[in-house]
Amino acid sequence: MSDSSSHKPQLSIWFFVGLLCLLYGLVLVFTGIREFSHPPAVVLANLHATFWWGLLMTLFGAFYVIRFRPGTAE
Amino acid sequence: MQQHLIHLTPVDTLILVIYIAMVLFIGFYVKDSAATGEEFFLAGRKMTAWIAGLSFLSANLGSLELMGWAGASYQYGILAAHWYWIGAIPAMLFLGIVMMPFYYISKTHSVPGYLQLRFGEGARGLSAVCFVFMTILMSGVNMYAMAVVMQTVLGWDQNFSIWFGAVIVTVYVMLGGLRSAIINEVLQFVLIWAGAALIPILGLIEAGGWTNLKAQIAANVQSTAYTHLWSTLGTFKGNPMGIHWTGIVFGLGAIISFGYWTTDFLVVQRVLSANNLRAARMAPVIGAAFKMFVPLIVILPGLLANALLHNPDGSVMHLVPAEVAKATGQHSYDEVLPLMLLRYCGPGLLGLGITALVAGFMSGMAGNVSAFSTVWTYDIYRAYVNKDEKDGHYVSMGRWSTLFGMLISVGTAYLVAHAASIMDYVQALFSFFIAPLFGTVIVGMLWKRATRAGGFYGLLAGTASSIGMWVYTSFGSVEHKATALARIALSRDAQPMAENMYRALWSWLACVLVTVLVSYATKPRPESELQGLVYGCTAIPSDEEVALWQRPVFWATIVAVVLVIINIVLW
Repeated sequence: MSDSSSHKPQLSIWFFVGLLCLLYGLVLVFTGIREFSHPPAVVLANLHATFWWGLLMTLFGAFYVIRFRPGTAE
Repeated sequence: MQQHLIHLTPVDTLILVIYIAMVLFIGFYVKDSAATGEEFFLAGRKMTAWIAGLSFLSANLGSLELMGWAGASYQYGILAAHWYWIGAIPAMLFLGIVMMPFYYISKTHSVPGYLQLRFGEGARGLSAVCFVFMTILMSGVNMYAMAVVMQTVLGWDQNFSIWFGAVIVTVYVMLGGLRSAIINEVLQFVLIWAGAALIPILGLIEAGGWTNLKAQIAANVQSTAYTHLWSTLGTFKGNPMGIHWTGIVFGLGAIISFGYWTTDFLVVQRVLSANNLRAARMAPVIGAAFKMFVPLIVILPGLLANALLHNPDGSVMHLVPAEVAKATGQHSYDEVLPLMLLRYCGPGLLGLGITALVAGFMSGMAGNVSAFSTVWTYDIYRAYVNKDEKDGHYVSMGRWSTLFGMLISVGTAYLVAHAASIMDYVQALFSFFIAPLFGTVIVGMLWKRATRAGGFYGLLAGTASSIGMWVYTSFGSVEHKATALARIALSRDAQPMAENMYRALWSWLACVLVTVLVSYATKPRPESELQGLVYGCTAIPSDEEVALWQRPVFWATIVAVVLVIINIVLW
């Protein structure tokens, strides 16, 4: 894969994708942990979707951030 | 005026702010790699198949489409999925397998640029002027629609929404050009799924699975037609959309979708950024594979809303058209997605869903304005105004035309805000051009006998016939309109969507017929001039040296087979 510029080494697009997902995942995980004691007024709140979705996004984001971290552009 | 639907908490706002900050950062970050024309307008032709493919798909995955089609699936049932399956996948595969080699090998910067190479200045000029005009008007219409949605959903002031979106998009497209737009489109693609995928998952859990969902919808709407793709299309009256299968297959599947996905430069530009021919052919196939699953986050929420939304007193909630909602205070069809988000998503997840909608709106604007600046700069300014400047001059023109285009869009948005009927006219105008353009491009690519005059007059005749049919069915007495509709759309029972399908079909036929007749009456171009432009005169590199699983044709076949299976299962 090469989405880099001819001018200087560039961060991969996938790094940005991973970073965004990681940040959002962390925000959701912390929000989700709080919701275990303060459940939101939504349908199926007992499934704790915020926490689990946040955890999934954190793992997805962390994988992409590490895999495409600066200096590893292919 | 009704209260707005959603109140953002600080966590939701934080999620939105993170997105805006990242978008602006990307614009500044890629600024240095948008110094030449090739880099600014085509992202240096360095994108991989995956990036070009996701960007190609995302350019069409704007929030208006998402909310509109979710509303359509509430209103018409699963028939709305035709616009994602037969109305998109075959055309996307056709672009990748058949048409992309000619676009890519000819090294054109744009679709009008290809027409110039194939048919000369007349066809290029006509298509470029129409495209620039339509794109910028559509951008303004989208901007206004975004402002309305943001006011309804979040309570944002319309002026704030218009300028908020316009300023951010202008900054990152002016700085980073197509590369910046593409990165944001890929981000938007991920965001849309992250923000919306929980709705079908939790919805199906609540409904008790697909079979129970179908039973609940049938009970609520007193019909089983809402969950069948094809079995109700034998008559115009047998389905909620008032459409016949011939309109879906020949109008939507064969003409409108091919016109949009293969000749609308807004989407084709993304594929032209690919780093080699195989990537350029693979990109639409990848886009098609993901497109097949978009109904999960668009159509399924509409169906779920049909079954699951209830009023506080326990009765079934009935959504209504926007104009009725305005008068009665009920919720409109287009509010399906926000309503379903509210149903399942608490703080944080709600912010993610709203950020996905905002990203979709901004990405749609960026797509319009980046395509506008390319066609304006290369196909109008450089072609007819100032031919012999250095590359840097055209990059500057691209940046300034981005700003200029966005200002016209803002002006159009305010114009539409004061005269809503303009919106319908602009959308109709766009449909006038796309079907005939597909006729001209496809004949040009596949038939070497087609001449310059044939291409130009065919495009002109197709466009003029489309406008003529629209005028014929849109003005006059009620009786006249009914008669006109019966002639154009083959039935007095046809709905506006069906009329659009048939108008596209007839205008495409008019374009092809005139192109063929004029071509036979005029002198053909020598084959030596058609190399790289036309089938039979172009050496297309073979895929035989790569493994089977790396070939676009292999994956296109798999996507096509899955498409057929889905349609049979949901027949």
